[in-house]
Amino acid sequence: MAGITLYGAYIPLYRLDRAQIANAWGVPGAPGEKAVANYDEDSITMSVAACLDCLGNMDRQQVDGLFLATTTSPFREKQAAAIVARAVDLRPDALTTDYVNSLRGGTLALKAALDAVESGSLKQVLVVAADCRLGAAQGMREFTLGDGAAALLVGKSDMIARVAGFHTVYSDLMDVWRAEGDRFVRSWEDRFAIDKGYTQTVAGVASAVMKSCRLSPKDIAKAALYNPEPRSHQGLARALGLDPMSQIQDTLFFSAGNTGTAQVFMRLVEVLEEAKAGDKILMASYGDGSDAFILEVTEDISKIGGRQGIKGHVGVKKNLRNYEAYARIRQLIPIEPLPRPPKLIPSAVAQWRQSKQNLALYGSKCKHCGKPQYPVQRVCAYCSSVDNFEPYRFSDKKATLFTYSFDNLGFAVTDVPPVGGGVINFEAGGRMLCQMADCDQEEAKIGMPMEMAFRKLYQAEGIPAYCWKAKPAR
Amino acid sequence: MESIKDKVAIIGAGCTKFGENWDKSYEDMVIDAAQEALTDAGLEIKDIDAFWAATQDTTVFSSSISIPLKINYKPVGRVENACGTGSEGVRVAAYALAAKMYDTAMIIGFEKMKDTGWAGIGAIGRVVPGGEPPVSTPGMYAFTAVRYFHHYGLSPQDGKEMLAKIAVKSHYNGALCPKAHFQRKITLEQAMNAPIMAWPLGLFDCCAVSDGAAAVIITRSELAKKFREDPVYIKSIQTLTDACDGYVRDDYDYVHFETDYRFAQMLYKEAGIKNPRKEISSIELHDCFTIAEAVSLEDFGISPRGKVKEDIDAGVFNLDGELPVNTDGGLKCFGHPVGATGLRQMYEQYKQLQGKAQRPERQLKNPKLMMIHARGGWPGHTIPVGAILGR
Repeated sequence: MAGITLYGAYIPLYRLDRAQIANAWGVPGAPGEKAVANYDEDSITMSVAACLDCLGNMDRQQVDGLFLATTTSPFREKQAAAIVARAVDLRPDALTTDYVNSLRGGTLALKAALDAVESGSLKQVLVVAADCRLGAAQGMREFTLGDGAAALLVGKSDMIARVAGFHTVYSDLMDVWRAEGDRFVRSWEDRFAIDKGYTQTVAGVASAVMKSCRLSPKDIAKAALYNPEPRSHQGLARALGLDPMSQIQDTLFFSAGNTGTAQVFMRLVEVLEEAKAGDKILMASYGDGSDAFILEVTEDISKIGGRQGIKGHVGVKKNLRNYEAYARIRQLIPIEPLPRPPKLIPSAVAQWRQSKQNLALYGSKCKHCGKPQYPVQRVCAYCSSVDNFEPYRFSDKKATLFTYSFDNLGFAVTDVPPVGGGVINFEAGGRMLCQMADCDQEEAKIGMPMEMAFRKLYQAEGIPAYCWKAKPAR
Repeated sequence: MESIKDKVAIIGAGCTKFGENWDKSYEDMVIDAAQEALTDAGLEIKDIDAFWAATQDTTVFSSSISIPLKINYKPVGRVENACGTGSEGVRVAAYALAAKMYDTAMIIGFEKMKDTGWAGIGAIGRVVPGGEPPVSTPGMYAFTAVRYFHHYGLSPQDGKEMLAKIAVKSHYNGALCPKAHFQRKITLEQAMNAPIMAWPLGLFDCCAVSDGAAAVIITRSELAKKFREDPVYIKSIQTLTDACDGYVRDDYDYVHFETDYRFAQMLYKEAGIKNPRKEISSIELHDCFTIAEAVSLEDFGISPRGKVKEDIDAGVFNLDGELPVNTDGGLKCFGHPVGATGLRQMYEQYKQLQGKAQRPERQLKNPKLMMIHARGGWPGHTIPVGAILGR
């Protein structure tokens, strides 16, 4: 049987204190804060971050597939997984799939990955879920929804958690949805949606999977369950006979919010970060039905090395100074454009030609003098050797900040000035001039450690320009 | 290699007012600049053998100048070399004259920058990102300012003050220049506290974005005295480009421009200058940003590396100082219509050498050798073009 061998996660840097939402609208508040993707982030960029956290130093050529789940793909027609696979530098023949439009997409992708590995058609599959859903202003979902991503590597050897049971049910219930063209999540009235939708469905599937593994509630060490907001766990816990205080992993709601499709995986990562060999974990998603799994933690859990996961991201945060800052980043209010040149429409030809360079951040390493250079230099900048280089990946290399610039003449409406630029020197050689991500002027210091982050530079005429930026290593 | 020294002379020059010339098309400015140059030389347009249009991106064909001026059946070329476009026009024309291909040539530089509606030159960036980020020009020069302060141990306050003094000096000069875009003096406090474009560069650290045109008429030296008794001779004219890999190689220091240093060396050699600080009477240099002026003075060997602040504090580069810099306010105040800038610099030095500076307060006493320098690009990607003029 197959299971999980590695995990990773990502929470955006910015957080919005729920009190600021309450303040903006003059309504009662709610505790905690929610994670807010920056103006240059989306489900694709967050997926890349989670995948890289998951894979760590492993050889990426060994990954046979990438299954991506989201309800907020930037595209209505175009595969997000292909872009993520390119950025993560997977083989061209890796199997890429999008599981879109369902909050259950992540667990559906996981089931497909497990089946593929179990059948032997694929050996290792990366499953990633990311969401940045929006709730309409002044509504409950504006309080509850947050942004985030998590990734799991599915395989058959060196598993840290083996999947022992699975149960599923589908549902056509109109409780939470977005129709074509909707920007904000819609919902039917809560009491019905929670009682008849969420609680009943998940309780049914979770009970069934526990029963199929001959487990009683007290055998479950921890449960990673989807829930729309904190109180809705209570009813479900009662129905399942679980103790909400000790058995249900719920803290992420107060530090990141309801992260949609990514939520169950992010909770699973939290559980795995503290798990011991022998622990039985119940995981259940919800959305158009429910998928429930029983996972058994193995001895190898102690061998899983450093990754940021949830623990490494939760405390790394910056609070947005007010509600308006959130509205700005998430483009809720039309902003007066600055008098700036129009964005150049990205050339699909140039993007194709430079794909490895832009998306996988490949430069060249001269075979004669050994110096790494970005972008690819057919004529070595140091020794002038011509066409004598090997490909060299910069995306996973560490760097320090050589000099910086904060440009107030920011360019697009979506750019939030000042736009930070950095000249960074890589520890293993090479230099890059690039935009900086998630870095304020106050914290920029010459010499500070930097790492690369996959972000969206801008979009024009429906063509996004993804690239890598340098961000402070935190 | 041959030298251009004393082979070519300037016999006429013209320059429009630089600024927000809303009511003037580029054709209007070309005609105005050309007419002033022709009147100055005592010539008519039919007397000129060859022409060059110098513009970065206002127009693309050489007919850009033949159409408004009604130049018929003459050789007309077009040059572009970023901010050095105007001087580049003179360089190629001078070589043509030195080869005795023509007796006279006119170079007309022009740029219409204010029709676009956006502030500044605009983003620098290719159609697909990869390499440099789309940053404004102040954003690009801020990289050097930040690193310069760090490299030479200047506190943010002292660094900003050094830059502010440059701005104050330039505005003092610009206020004495009726054709300049900005003609007002500013105080040190105003310069220090101006709104920030890209730290540490504030509003007064950044040059004006302007419309304008300028024209220069040159002839072979042996013919010069036919046209006037006070021609100005080109002692040297040079340009230099490199692989512009300052942000690919990890060993570029961001506190000097190697191209400009070597360009100056070549310029001095061609002109026979051994001690630039002593022998050069004034420099019109490319002060797109105050930090660029500071670094250039070190690149030119006028101030020692890291020490230009001391010379600035001592007033060396003021109008009444030992080596006045940008006596007409420079790019900072006169303005920077890209194609015209190099020619405007020549116009000022030419008039100074003839004792004809527009306001007598600006006239230098007994100028001998005058340097001009324009630099295209930004740190890591610099292309200087310039000359030395003299009597």
